Formats: sequence, structure tokens, C-alpha cells
Amino acid sequence: MDTSSVTADGSACISERQNSILTTGKSKSSIHCADDSLAGSVSQRACVFCGARVVLNPVTDAAHLVHGPIGCATYTWDIRGSLSSGSEMYRNSFSTDMKERDVVFGGEKKLATCIDEIVSKYHPPAIFVYSTCVSGMIGDDIIAVCKAASERHATDVIPVESSGFLSGNKVVGYRAAAIALMQLIKPREGETVEKTRKLNFLGEYNLGGEKWVVERYLREIGIEINVAFTGDSTVAALKQAPGACLNLVQCTGSMHWVAMSLEQEYGTPYQDVNFFGSANTAESLRKIAQFYGEPEIIRRTEALIDREQARIQPVLQKYRKKLAGKRAAIYVGGAFKAVAIIRQLKELGMEIVLTGTQTGKKEEYDNLSTLLDPGTIIIDDANPAELEKFLLEKNVDVMAGGVKERVLAYKLGIGFVDHNHDRKDGLAGFDGAVRFAREVYVTTCSPVWGQLKAAGRRA
Amino acid sequence: MLECIPEGSVVHTTGKINPAKTCQPLGAMYAALGIHGCLPHSHGSQGCCAYHRMHLTRHFRDPVLASSSSFTEGASVFGGAANLKTSIKNVFAIYNPEIMAVHTTCLSETIGDDLPNIIKTAEIPEGKTVIHVNTPSYQGSHITGFSGMCKAMVSYLAQSDGTTKKSQMNVLPGFVNPGDMREIRRIVDLLGVKMIMFPDTSNVLDTPLTSKYQMYPEGGATVTEIRDAGNSEVTLALGSFASHDAANVLQDKCGVTGIPLKLPIGIKATDDFIMAIKDWFGVEIPASLTLERGQVVDTLIDTHFHYQGKRVAIFGDPDHMIALTEFLLAMGMVPVYVLTGTPGKAFETEIKKMLEDAGITGSRVKAEGDLFELQQWIKEAPVDLLIGTSYGKYIARAEDVPFVRFGFPILDRAVHPLMPVVGYRGCLRLIEQISNALLERRDRDCLDEDFELVL
Repeated sequence: MDTSSVTADGSACISERQNSILTTGKSKSSIHCADDSLAGSVSQRACVFCGARVVLNPVTDAAHLVHGPIGCATYTWDIRGSLSSGSEMYRNSFSTDMKERDVVFGGEKKLATCIDEIVSKYHPPAIFVYSTCVSGMIGDDIIAVCKAASERHATDVIPVESSGFLSGNKVVGYRAAAIALMQLIKPREGETVEKTRKLNFLGEYNLGGEKWVVERYLREIGIEINVAFTGDSTVAALKQAPGACLNLVQCTGSMHWVAMSLEQEYGTPYQDVNFFGSANTAESLRKIAQFYGEPEIIRRTEALIDREQARIQPVLQKYRKKLAGKRAAIYVGGAFKAVAIIRQLKELGMEIVLTGTQTGKKEEYDNLSTLLDPGTIIIDDANPAELEKFLLEKNVDVMAGGVKERVLAYKLGIGFVDHNHDRKDGLAGFDGAVRFAREVYVTTCSPVWGQLKAAGRRA
Repeated sequence: MLECIPEGSVVHTTGKINPAKTCQPLGAMYAALGIHGCLPHSHGSQGCCAYHRMHLTRHFRDPVLASSSSFTEGASVFGGAANLKTSIKNVFAIYNPEIMAVHTTCLSETIGDDLPNIIKTAEIPEGKTVIHVNTPSYQGSHITGFSGMCKAMVSYLAQSDGTTKKSQMNVLPGFVNPGDMREIRRIVDLLGVKMIMFPDTSNVLDTPLTSKYQMYPEGGATVTEIRDAGNSEVTLALGSFASHDAANVLQDKCGVTGIPLKLPIGIKATDDFIMAIKDWFGVEIPASLTLERGQVVDTLIDTHFHYQGKRVAIFGDPDHMIALTEFLLAMGMVPVYVLTGTPGKAFETEIKKMLEDAGITGSRVKAEGDLFELQQWIKEAPVDLLIGTSYGKYIARAEDVPFVRFGFPILDRAVHPLMPVVGYRGCLRLIEQISNALLERRDRDCLDEDFELVL
């Protein structure tokens, strides 16, 4: 944005936003976050529905039915990039396509008919029914409709209370999804799920096959994944979730509450893991091995780590040579992702000058600050004007973020790496660390930036 | 997706499976971006705004800015008036646009916010403008929303100074790419007629990379220009679904003659567009345009045996489908399935008439359809080619049909927003894409002994 269109004092931010931005080492106060966005702001945030959709959509053999006007279904149709080893049912988009008459007279009947038709066509093992702004506002009782349909068809029809207006914070939608998942996996009256020595992998969405990478490591050290929440999961596998002896939690924003609930209801302990970056991967594998505590598992884990590190470190060093000293910015959905990226960029010798999230919590920001050098800008719920201001001020070479930040970064002549739903290459594990380094290198050191400089010379 | 069509008899009477449309606000937002110095504003939950920006960004691969009233539960209970007033204040204070174009969402519509009154009582800085359109997502489609925002531009802004009209024309381009709008301008410039085109997203969503980001790029019809549209002699409204309404309002309000046309996609529709300008203003058609037309006819003859008689399924926005059907018929292809997600019986009537005139029977034509139905039809009786948005790729893969991307949105290929499909140059692009898709399939499938260098 040109400077004439910012406020008179030259700052791109309105005064109410000042507490949402701080500089490490300078500001004493803690960051203002998890607030609602200002009315009239150009926020990069989304809504409750969005949060619920991204968490549940990777359940591969379920039908996902959006109860609302068409847009909510269209915008969330197969955008997550979660891969499936079996059913592709989740990649279809089902909508009740509410019309004016449904808004006036209620959409419950139409919803029931849609459920009936989905069952008759596909017999899915479960149907998730998502409420949206309108169905929530007019008071459609999706819980009752789902309950009746469940009984009628003897299948799981699970309501997800995800009306967009409930909050502009995706985290609230994660909770709605979590409640739906807990409902799905609850064993029937009188039934129990046998405990096994397998583990669940929470907050893993199998983007670019990332779950499969971790699954191969665990298999090698002698541990099986029971089910992932929710990458490449099936309804039947999710129902076995209470049988795990351990829950790994990766994306803490979406799954911490599920982990706590699983511990409460089924007595399963949990631990946080992070498979982004070689150091994180090694650390996470060791933690898991320690939990099992068996010498053979520990031995295999060390062997795996040694072998993989020996294989990838020379490659990473090559990228490090190209990237050391370059300046990076991060703006992502949640704090988990931010932490993961900070570590990896540091491993590549890069300097992080700006970090922000859409939905971080206070304690997460406190944790972020400890990882960053003094002088780093930390920002909550940034608007594009703020991002632009700091990207230019801090002379950033590469940015990690999501869809909307990509084009902004490019326009400013800054490289971009997608660490969001759009990424197509798995970035987890040791090979993922190499792929990440390669992506950062490709975009930071693209020869195309030379054309920009050439244009400058010509002018 | 591969299991989208189940075996056996199928009941699909209600709701949508794999939609071929999206909601009104997206169209309104896109149209608003075609006003210079405009910040579109979504009056509803934050998610809507984020989704529309994301969808548009994925198609155009350029930044799309828009603000939101950021509804929360409170606003939903007590009404969104306070949110909108605060928004208007904040938007002008922080982002300082020339004009703010507000559209509603299904939420604010359901609550029943009275936008004209809220805007009237809001603090709007001197010299700045706020316009609005009601875009309930539970009616119509993104095309309806686009049309609605075009109408709002006319009803809020256009003004007639008096009785004498200026020798200039308005063009309502419809929901097309910036590359198309740029091409329309090139053709009109060649004809030497002064034009006000609105909306105009060229130089807004196809901007060059310069290392400087302009929140309000150079392009877009200015408020002054749209105001002056009321003084034009004539309006060419391209596409009945996206543009005709606004032209009608302009005719009623300012007495500007509206000429309804198709989108200038294909040789005949382009001829009609150029002839309408020639007939109204009495200008000569320059030799360069005659040459372009001749090249299209030449190319059609050079390639006609590649596609003549081939069965083709097409889906997308109604104005695009109407013009494309006409062109495919001119190419000698057989449109067997024509589907749009946008409601409107007029769509079916118009396409059926064209097919009938061409002596084609047994085709299926449907408005307000979805891609489940289209795939079902293709499974029952296959086609040689599928033309449509990126969402067609699932069907193309499942049914193994060659596929040409056309329309909005295209999420999996780049460059297309810059390459026109309108005008004679657009004809060449379409011929090339259609021809190549069929030939590449031939090269892929044929036996070694049939594999030819020269085709």
C-alpha cells in the first residue's frame, strides 16, 4: 500500500491494534491476542465453520454435509490437501443448498431428506452435518435431526455446531469438531475398546502424506499407529481410538482439548510431538521411545535417527550455505506451526525478524518470544497493511504463510513458502526437512528475482 | 471423487453434490474490485470475507483485499448496525479508500439489517462514497451477486447531467477475467470510440510485479467515470445474467439506451459486439480487426477436422455457457450436455433454442444443476471433451475425458486470467485449447503404428 493511504502518523495500524504488536526484548507488556477482530478490519482470520471443516474433513470415508447456502460448501470443497490411502468420499462436497424458503420455513426437513439420500446412495459409515451462520441463526435443530437420522439409518450422523458467527476465531471451530469426534468415538452402552500398545496421532492431517512418513518411522522402531486425528482416518479406525496406550499431539491448537478429553474418559496419557524439522523429529521419536521404555525400541530409534541424520545433514548443509543470514518472516494460523517453522529456519542459519499468528494464545506467544532473538516483531491477527509495513521495514527475504500471504509477499518481491493447507509436498520428518529447505531455497534464491533488479536498472 | 457416482439407481432430488456455483457475495466482491480505489466490504461473519478473498486469490494469483464487519454472536442477536457503522469509520480511517462497496451475507440478510438506513446515518468522510448491495447467499449465485453490485454502481453513482448525451458508450463486461476486459478495451480503442467500462479489473487483478505493493492499483473504473456513465449515449451489456439488469436500471434512471448482447466469446458474438458499436457510432471497422477475424476463419478451416462432430460437455457460468455453446456449434461440435449452477429457466430456453436451430436433438441442458448430475450423464453416455472450471478435473479423471479449463474458478493452472477468451484473439485461444486437448488424447492413446508426426 502506498504510504498516502495509511494514517497520518505513518503507521499502518490503528491505535487499538498497538497492543497486538510487540518487539521482543523491548516491550515489557505481554501481547494482546485471542480478541475478536475489529469491525472493518482486513483480517486474515476466518470463522468457526472453517475451523471445524479443516479438522474433520480428512475423515476419508465419512460424508461431510454442510447445512447452509451453497458458498460454505463450495469454499471448503477439497481444499485441505489431506491424502487418503482408501476412500475418496471426503473429497466430494455435499450441501443442503439452503434457499429463501428454507430460511423462512426452516431447513430441517430438507436436511433430513439430504441425509436420507446420501445414505441411500453411499451408505457412508458416518455423516458429519455442519451448521452454518444461517442454519444456526434460524434455529434449525440439527442435533434432533441428526439423532433421528442416526436411529432411522442405524448409522452415525454427527452434528457439528459450527455456525460462523459464534466467533471469528478458528479455534472455536476446532472445539466444535473435537466435540463431534468425541461423540463419534464414544463406545456404545456396554461396549468397550480393548487397550493395545498402539498409539494415536492427534493433530496430524496427512498433508502431502506426512502421516505416512511418521508411520514408517514408528513401524521401523516397532510401534504402530492406531489412528490419526484425522489424516487418512476412517470412521471404523477412529472408533478404535480409546484402545491406544498413548496419544501424540501435534497441532496443539486443534487437538489439545481432544487429548485431555481422551485422557479423562479413557485414561490415555498424551505427549506433545513435532515432526517438522530434523531436530524436532529426532526429539519427538526419542520421547515416544522413552514412553514405551523398551531397550529394543530405544536402540532402533537411535539407529534410525543416526542413519537419517547422516543422510540428510550434508544436504541441509548445502542449503544452509545458500540461506545463512537471509531474513525470514512467518505468519501462520496457529502457534504450533510458527514454532515448528522458527526452529527449521534457524537450523538453516536464517534470521527470523517477524512472527505472527491468526489464533495464538497468550502462553503460546510467551513461548514464541523465548525462541526469538531480541528485536523480532511479534504480531497477532495481522492485517495486510501491517504485514506489508513490517516486511519492508525488516527487509525480509522470504516469508512462510498461507494462501493470502503468498501473493502479497510475491508482490513485494519476497520469496514465499507455503506451510499451510496448500502445501503439496510433505514437510514432516527427515525427508520433509530437506524438502522444506529446498522450498525455502528455491523461492529465496529464484533467478526470477534477478529480472526484478534488471527492471530497476532499466528504469 | 472416483466413487462419486454409485452403482444402481440413484436418488438426487435435493441439495447439491459437488456444486457448480458459489454464493452471491463473492460476485459482489469481484465486481467491487473493478472500481478504482475501492475496498469491498463484507457485512457478516469473518469467514465469508476470508473465503471470498481466498477463492479470488487462488484464481487470479493477485492480492485481494476486503474488509469484514466481523460479526460475533452479539451482532447476530442485536443486529449488525453498530458493526457496520464502526466498520465504515475504521475502513476510512485505516485503509482510506475512495469508495467502500458493501455487500451483505446470508447472516446479515437473515437478521434483516437495513443497510440503506445504516449507511445514511454512518459517518462518511467528505468526498468519500459508500454503496451497497443486498446479496443473500440463499438466492441465485455468484453471478447474481456480480449483477447486483453492477446495479448498485448504477443506482448509487450514475447521473445524467441533462438531455444532451456525450458521444461515448458504456460497456458492462460481465464476470470475466481482467485479460478479457483488457481485450475488450483494445478492440474498442481500435474502433476509436470513447468507452466507460465498469467494472474493470484490468490493472487491478493482473498487476505487474514491481516490488511495490499498491493497495489500490491503477486500474478500475473511477467513481467519476461511473457517474459520467449516465451521460453516455448507449450501454453495451455483455451477458444477460451478469450485465443486463444494470443496463436496464441505467436506461430507466438516465435514459441511456441499453443494448443487450452476449459475452463476445466466439466469432459471431464478437461480430455482434463490433457491429453494435459500428452501427451506433457509424465508425469504420479498421483493417486490423478484419484481419484478425480472417485469421480466425482460416484457423477454423485449418483445424476443423480435429473437432467437428465431437460430443462435448460444458459447464460454468450462464453467460459463458450461452456464448460458448454458440461458438461450439459454429465449430461443428455437438454440445450434448450444457449445465450451469446458477438458477434461471431463461438459460435453458436460450441454449435449447440454439441447439434446435442447429438441428441437434437429445442434448441435456440444465440450470441450477450440479457436477454430480453432469458426471452421471457422462457416465451414461460418454463425451469426447469436457470444458469447464477446475472442478471438472475430477470428472475428467474419473471418466477419462480430455478437459479444457474455461471460466471461473480455475485453481490449478496459472496465466489464464491474463489470456483473453473474448474477441477474435479469444477465438484463437479456444480453438487452440480444444484442438490440442483432442490431439494430445489421440497421441496418448494411439498405437505406435498410428503415432503421427504431422497432424
